[in-house]
Amino acid sequence: MPDQALNDYIPILLLAGFAVSFASLNLIVSWLLGKRGGTNPDKESAFECGMKPLTPERRRFSVKFYLVAMLFILFDIEIVFLYPWAVTYKSLGMFGFIEMVLFIAVLIIGWWYVVAKGALDWGPRRPAVSVQSAAPSEQAS
Amino acid sequence: MNQDLIFYVASNLVKIIIFTHIALILAALMSLAERRVSAVMQSRLGPNRVGFGGILQPIADALKFIFKEDVVPGHVEKVLFVLAPAIALIPALLTLAVIPFGPPLEVLGREVPLVIADLDIGVLFVFAIASLGVYGIVFAGWASNSRYPMLGGVRASAQMISYELSLGLSVVGVFMVTGSLRMLDVVALQDDMWFCFTQPVGFLVFVICAFAETNRLPFDMPEAETELVAGYHTEYSSMKFAMFFMGEYTAMFVFSGLIATLFLGGWDIPFMSAETFAALGNWGALLGFASFMAKCCAFLFFYIWVRWTIPRFRFDQLMSLGWKVLLPLAIANVLATGLFNLPS
Repeated sequence: MPDQALNDYIPILLLAGFAVSFASLNLIVSWLLGKRGGTNPDKESAFECGMKPLTPERRRFSVKFYLVAMLFILFDIEIVFLYPWAVTYKSLGMFGFIEMVLFIAVLIIGWWYVVAKGALDWGPRRPAVSVQSAAPSEQAS
Repeated sequence: MNQDLIFYVASNLVKIIIFTHIALILAALMSLAERRVSAVMQSRLGPNRVGFGGILQPIADALKFIFKEDVVPGHVEKVLFVLAPAIALIPALLTLAVIPFGPPLEVLGREVPLVIADLDIGVLFVFAIASLGVYGIVFAGWASNSRYPMLGGVRASAQMISYELSLGLSVVGVFMVTGSLRMLDVVALQDDMWFCFTQPVGFLVFVICAFAETNRLPFDMPEAETELVAGYHTEYSSMKFAMFFMGEYTAMFVFSGLIATLFLGGWDIPFMSAETFAALGNWGALLGFASFMAKCCAFLFFYIWVRWTIPRFRFDQLMSLGWKVLLPLAIANVLATGLFNLPS
């Protein structure tokens, strides 16, 4: 078959078409056949365990989530660099191994710095005594 | 040449229809099995009224979902709110593309591999598409404009991206041994020895991350019903609600398939070599397919089993497990694999 690399992606396109039409069909069918009920203030309001919401819904959330997202991007890119290396590992020889040990060493230093800075500690700010921070890691290991 | 292309496209259409239906029907049965097995584990009966032993329960559920009122509350961001369930479902179906279901089948004198697309980037494609599933959950949480969905969505994003790191790293060891990302190559190389024996640490990390990526207990923080009502899909009703579950169960099936392919030998049966499969012809293909499905179903059962065995993690425990335990473990696995397979 000519142009094998491109032909490989024809099924993906077909599958994407199937997935998109299946998802939209679900939405349309339930919209067409679903019961139509009237509306009332309680139905329109946000769910709050039966109470009327007292404060606006958009609330602040911890900046830690942004931090995790940023760290993810850094580490994920480094992991993606590992893939071509892993695939060609056997043909690279000793050079490839040493090179990657150095690369991973840099990765680990970065990781250690992030952990030491407390970027991955959740909950209240670091307690003076490490009772609380010791407990989760004990359970996790 | 033209005939080849027609056959190629037609066979792929048939494969797509069959494989997606297998995944969706399995997802439906999984929603029943989930309740029945849970019931058995808690000495209850579970839903057993519709059809023989409750086997038609998923169909009853689907009908009910379709005819329920599709509530779109006034306070939501309408466009994202409607799109979110579709975005959660589509990537789950797309990732099916590279899962090999069995040895090649022979149809009309042509060899048809039982995989929708045998891409040379294989696993990378799964990771790329599966991570898009996060958007569905984050959009749902954000667009709902409500307290619990918001918390669920934010948690989901942090959890899924954190575990994606270890997930991606845990398979690097496998690819150092195979030297290829192509799924069929990975299966072929496990003919003698499954990678779960040669890569035990990678296997362990991958399984744990698979639980976190599909938001299953003990890592179901995004929906944690005891604290967040229903997490990111609190405000959803009708078919939109069901689509999140279809997406989740399909993703569970895909991850079971990935585990089976990468670590449990794919369609391989112990002490049966690839030549034996080839000698059996199409029966061999069916046998391989059955073996692959058996492994998947065993893992799907394992998902339910774990759900009722291990309690839910706290969020800080979850994050420190991902970043401080699994990530270093996965890195150590890469280094160890490098040492054991030192190129001479």
